[in-house]
Amino acid sequence: MAACAAATKRQQGHQIKGQVADVASLPYLVRMKLFEFLGLDPPRRIVEHEEAGRFIPVTQVKGSGDLKRVISDLVPLLHTESHLADPIRYVISELVRNVIEHAQSECGSFLCAQCFRDQNRVSIGVADSGVGVFQSIHRSHAVRRPGDALCLALTPGISGTTPRIGGNQANAGAGLFFVKSIAKLSHNFLVLYSGNSMYKLLKTPAGQQTMLYAEPRSDRHKLLTDLPEWRGTVVGIDISVSEDKSFAVLLDIIRKAYSLDVKKRKRDYFKGIRFT
Amino acid sequence: MKPIGIARAVGSFAEDKDVAAQIREKHVLPAILGSGTVELDFTGVDLATQSFIHALIAQPLGVGGEPALERILFKGCSRPVRGIIETVVQYVLETEDGVAEETSEQSAAPNGGSADAPPHR
Repeated sequence: MAACAAATKRQQGHQIKGQVADVASLPYLVRMKLFEFLGLDPPRRIVEHEEAGRFIPVTQVKGSGDLKRVISDLVPLLHTESHLADPIRYVISELVRNVIEHAQSECGSFLCAQCFRDQNRVSIGVADSGVGVFQSIHRSHAVRRPGDALCLALTPGISGTTPRIGGNQANAGAGLFFVKSIAKLSHNFLVLYSGNSMYKLLKTPAGQQTMLYAEPRSDRHKLLTDLPEWRGTVVGIDISVSEDKSFAVLLDIIRKAYSLDVKKRKRDYFKGIRFT
Repeated sequence: MKPIGIARAVGSFAEDKDVAAQIREKHVLPAILGSGTVELDFTGVDLATQSFIHALIAQPLGVGGEPALERILFKGCSRPVRGIIETVVQYVLETEDGVAEETSEQSAAPNGGSADAPPHR
């Protein structure tokens, strides 16, 4: 968020000024390349170690070409196995493509990731300084409050590009629902912050069954309003996929929940698909 | 019927919706609008996003309905890719079928218009 805010201000012709305190987390912030986007010098130099296997430093993504490079670089960078690499690639693609297509963010998006190998967990953050969720959803849906817009954005079938439930030919309105489901199925957090509101998916306690809901208010969550205004959108997500549960299994579970109303499901259309 | 090599267009991770739209417009939609058949070859594709598959086949399925499934052949799909295709097909046809028609006003209700949706695992 700090890199995104600084880059946006600098792009608007502002200067970032100030002194940087020599805080304990300074080496980490330097290695994450925060100061490159702030345009400030850190108060001291640090010895940089090899990045592979631990983190993706703050990276600016301005378009589709940048995204492809980031995705192809990130797997060797995180030095991770396929069962964990697949959801990481998936989540980053869905989140950054949302920015490219809907956010109108002049400086694109900023992403970073941190791998916690001992916990088999990866934390990913994506921030932009675009129009924000409320304006994006409000184009097509009668929504009054930013918090309601966040919930609609997380509901499958709701897209800011059309009032039609189920989306249109280009957008299903399901990207954030899939991302939220990936977080929930791995007993992790997701945060969606835009405008003055934040939706936080709370962890499903270990040992408790994870249930996927179309309606985000049915999940264990916090919806905070009257927060400091963020002009744009920020998503933070933790992912951990165990070796005995592949991403394909995870997607199967999501498929069963990805329906406007399964109670009314008439037929299993997917059984008519011709696979060879 | 010449197979359309998805991996040749997008690599092992199918996520670029612009490419999906190009393939849709050039190959899938003309086949469905005419009387042809199209073979989408996913050999070499490890993973696809829901957004990519939606951009690839949602409109053709919307135009052709369930019979269009007879004329789209999915070849060489890995398990994750197959799962995503099944998900998108089910969702698009279910929506087209009017199973869960809702209005925009309903969707903007305090509970998002789907608070009565059952939990699914």
